[in-house]
Amino acid sequence: MKLTLKIWRQKNSEDKGKMVDYQLDDVSPDMSFLEMLDVLNDQLVGKGEEPVAFDHDCREGICGTCSLQINGKPHGPDSLVTTCQLHMRKFNDGDTVYIEPFRAKAFPVVKDLIVDRSAFDRIQHAGGYISVNTSGNTQDANAIPINKDDADKAFDAATCIGCGACVAACKNASAMLFVSAKVSQFALLPQGQVERERRAENMVAQMDAEGFGACTNTGACEAECPKGISLTNIARLNREFLGAKL
Amino acid sequence: MSWFSDTFSSSIGRKIAMALSALFLVIFLLLHVAVNFLSVISPDAFNEASHFMGTNPLVQFLMQPILILAVVYHFVAGFALEASNRAARPVKYAMKSNKNASWMSQNMMISGLVILAFLVLHFMDFWVPEITTKYIEGDMSGLTVAGDMRYYEELVHRFQNPMRVVAYVVAFVLLALHLLHGFQSSFQTMGVNNKFTPSIKKITNAYAIVVPLVFIFIAIYHFINH
Amino acid sequence: MQIGSNFPAQIPEGPLADKWTNYKNKINLVNPANKRNIDVIVVGTGLAGGSAAATLAELGYNVKAFCYQDSPRRAHSIAAQGGINAAKNYQGDGDSTYRLFYDTVKGGDYRSREANVYRLAEVSANIIDQCVAQGVPFARDYGGLLDNRSFGGVLVSRTFYAKGQTGQQLLLGAYSAMNRQISRGKIKMYNRHEMLELVIVDGKARGIIARNLVTGEIERHSAHAVVIGSGGYGNVFFLSTNAMGSNVSASWKIYKKGAWFANPCFTQIHPTCIPVSGDHQSKLTLMSESLRNDGRIWVPKKMEDAEAIRAGKLKPTELKEEDRDYYLERRYPAFGNLVPRDVASRAAKERCDAGFGVNQTGEAVYLDFASAIERYGKEQAHIKGMDENDPAVYLKLGKDVIANKYGNLFQMYEKIVDQNPYETPMMIYPAVHYTMGGTWVDYNLMSTIPGCFVIGEANFSDHGANRLGASALMQGLADGYFVLPYTIGDYLSDDIRTGKIPTDSAEFDEAEKAVKDQLEKFINNKGSKSVDYFHKRLGKVMWDKVGMARNEQGLKEAIEEIKAIREEFYKDVKVPGGMNEYNEELAKAGRVADFLELGELFAKDALQREESCGGHFREEYQTEEGEAMRRPEFQYAAAWEYKGADQEPEMHKEDLVYKDIEVKERSYK
Repeated sequence: MKLTLKIWRQKNSEDKGKMVDYQLDDVSPDMSFLEMLDVLNDQLVGKGEEPVAFDHDCREGICGTCSLQINGKPHGPDSLVTTCQLHMRKFNDGDTVYIEPFRAKAFPVVKDLIVDRSAFDRIQHAGGYISVNTSGNTQDANAIPINKDDADKAFDAATCIGCGACVAACKNASAMLFVSAKVSQFALLPQGQVERERRAENMVAQMDAEGFGACTNTGACEAECPKGISLTNIARLNREFLGAKL
Repeated sequence: MSWFSDTFSSSIGRKIAMALSALFLVIFLLLHVAVNFLSVISPDAFNEASHFMGTNPLVQFLMQPILILAVVYHFVAGFALEASNRAARPVKYAMKSNKNASWMSQNMMISGLVILAFLVLHFMDFWVPEITTKYIEGDMSGLTVAGDMRYYEELVHRFQNPMRVVAYVVAFVLLALHLLHGFQSSFQTMGVNNKFTPSIKKITNAYAIVVPLVFIFIAIYHFINH
Repeated sequence: MQIGSNFPAQIPEGPLADKWTNYKNKINLVNPANKRNIDVIVVGTGLAGGSAAATLAELGYNVKAFCYQDSPRRAHSIAAQGGINAAKNYQGDGDSTYRLFYDTVKGGDYRSREANVYRLAEVSANIIDQCVAQGVPFARDYGGLLDNRSFGGVLVSRTFYAKGQTGQQLLLGAYSAMNRQISRGKIKMYNRHEMLELVIVDGKARGIIARNLVTGEIERHSAHAVVIGSGGYGNVFFLSTNAMGSNVSASWKIYKKGAWFANPCFTQIHPTCIPVSGDHQSKLTLMSESLRNDGRIWVPKKMEDAEAIRAGKLKPTELKEEDRDYYLERRYPAFGNLVPRDVASRAAKERCDAGFGVNQTGEAVYLDFASAIERYGKEQAHIKGMDENDPAVYLKLGKDVIANKYGNLFQMYEKIVDQNPYETPMMIYPAVHYTMGGTWVDYNLMSTIPGCFVIGEANFSDHGANRLGASALMQGLADGYFVLPYTIGDYLSDDIRTGKIPTDSAEFDEAEKAVKDQLEKFINNKGSKSVDYFHKRLGKVMWDKVGMARNEQGLKEAIEEIKAIREEFYKDVKVPGGMNEYNEELAKAGRVADFLELGELFAKDALQREESCGGHFREEYQTEEGEAMRRPEFQYAAAWEYKGADQEPEMHKEDLVYKDIEVKERSYK
């Protein structure tokens, strides 16, 4: 099939950037979206032009490196997938496809479609951990039984891949879903109780300092999250925060 | 003070304050609609209720300032939040799909602004004359020159103008949309998302549709009947 | 020459079970005050690098950690699915440290170092304790205790898991441990940085040259020791289950500076991957081995059925039970579908080569869950008191059980292949997955360059010629949490008076110049073909001639062909853009240049190893039934020493001595 691509090109963080049109013929429906971009880049390199820079690594939907706002939706039209797992069979011959970077003040563009998501790392530095040293003599793993329901919920929250789609989807560029997933994982486990209050307060403070917007409960993040992280986590974070402050 | 400013300057703290003021307004609205509805059932009952509300010191000097504070806070904080939320995405998307969330949830600012415009009208219509009569002219009797209770007449009088009725109807439709998202959202903000959530959503829908509908009904009722 | 004279493997004396304990009791330590004055560089932030960085920082060293990704959380360990082994014996099914050790050595086809493997088995239980303490949400049963499952090549259930995302959860655990140290200032994190050279001062590893991938800036970083945890080199095949950025460069740079590279030909071809769909393919996707717990592998028994399926005239679900060849169950009744990976992969290749493949390319076999869905469904129906003979009931319940166990894998498969694996069998084919070979290290995990340590998949020591499922996560974390932090202390105890290592020395100048020269060469090359063009050609040679089955002639051809591709690469590669900016093509060019050298060594190693063992299968050396024929005279690790650009590398042999385990025929029948 043939596609018209409208791609954001921006040389570096200082550059202003603009949308540029590209034509691509011979796109196979079995290609992944990123393989389609590989083909485009191969052609660009062949013509002596600079290829389109985009983030990608594992290409199996787990590392969270790939991003892209495709036709106005993070990770494109399919649900519960990352861009690397999105296949071209979701598009039609003759389609025009808008490809833009994830937009947020806290995610400055590095080049073309690549953004700097280190704000997420810094939020984790603020408390996304349980303070336990590596010693080899922590207590036996089965010493504290954990209710399966809680363990499963903690796991579901922990499957967040930190891709930033929640921020990209949110009209406020809020990072609440991301932060709430980490806070929830630990809040649900007995190991996380000791630092529970500090964690919620510090991570929220860092989230605010990074310049993310506030949550207005639109639910766009949950709808676009490639891992289906639930809004109940955001309610839990609100609770944790309130609990920590009261 | 640092605890207070710390808590309520954070994004979640501000949202919680928004939610609390919203819930207060939701309760007020219920009271308001109930009193107004009396005007359809019995003009006398309406007059009495209005007079009580208008002259009871507890209502006037405790509830009213709190209400005003809640209204002002809800608007000011709403605008401030919107401003900072907009600042969180300085470069907009060339192409944005809005399918991932409801129109209501994404346009609280629009519905909010319409409601604000309505409130200005509403204050000019009722509140300003009331305050003028009671506290500037010092007439606390609640009576007209002819000696009747004045509240019902004033109400009916306002709804003789079709343009005003239209404005009221539009405003209440937008209020419904605002409530449809806002009511249940305030529970999520305060951390309630559990087995009661489906019920909260049902109550939200019922409230958000019925209350504005009753207001609209009252306006149209008086317009047609007088 | 044998290892032992110049570079002893440093294996402690004493009985196997006591070696590590005795050793730890006697090694030199660095006191806490002195640790503050010692810097350690860690390259790579996967399970090995991440856990090492966190633990070294906890101990008090100043750690500088480097990763090419935009965050340490994205290292490719995150993609490991199935689980992590540990000899906890929570199931009471007869597991023990010795049995895990035994299974690992046997699984590796007796080509790993006995003492290292025993130590690995010994610390495995600590890993689970540590991870649970960190908040890793492993799967639990309704009693609240940890659940286990079984993996290929073993007869016990010792694999701990978190659905099909165990690697993710463990990596995020290590990442969280790193975050704690980053916030304390004990780890300085360098994201989007790539190590391009090792700096050796007075014979010791004292720093690295790294390129900031965003600005293109070339940076000098010094330290008292350098730890490489940069993973494996499966991307030499172009198509593999590795991440796009996974590369051999860190290991290759140290090889060229004197670290021996051991057993490069030991590569694991994983049996359950999604088959190749076309020329545009950029990578392959693994389906966890855990699927073989419940999936049955088969191809049609009759050639005409296979042809009809390939032509799209017949659906697999239409084929009767007796017309299916469950070839693993047929050939290996004892282990069935849970034979080790190398065996399962070769068996799939054998059936497809014989013409029984089931997709258009003829390179796929079925992995079928129908009988598991039925079995679980009936079990659940029984428990719930529902009609266990009603297909509508048991199919629904059975699918729920399968979804609970493998939901994310099934979803991934459906997204990629566009078929629903709950209704029709999955198609799978082997793909390059893991490299057992790597930098030769001694018992301390130190390479032949003093002060240069190599951990995780990047080293060679624990998996021999074939790695068992769920053992990679175990080894990465064992090295990083529980082995290196001790052994590096012994080395660093000599460095307490050294002071900061200056970066303005001639050695740094020289290393930086070499890096810049190569980058400039790429940028200024007036070639006509993209980096990927060469990478794909290399990959094809590797897969065709150095892949699942190898022979002398093919290997000799491969060596020549790789040389030719390499020469053409330097003449004709085109790298657009500049040096001082984000330039992925430039980064890729450097990585492919190293793969083009490694590929040749890889083929040479496969050529010298005139036997079949584990993942290495030489067609000349097989039994009459087509099984691998191991030869006792090859019971050594081949460690290659770089001798210069135009020189043949020198092979050193480390004889592998098994005192506590009987070297037996590796049978899974």
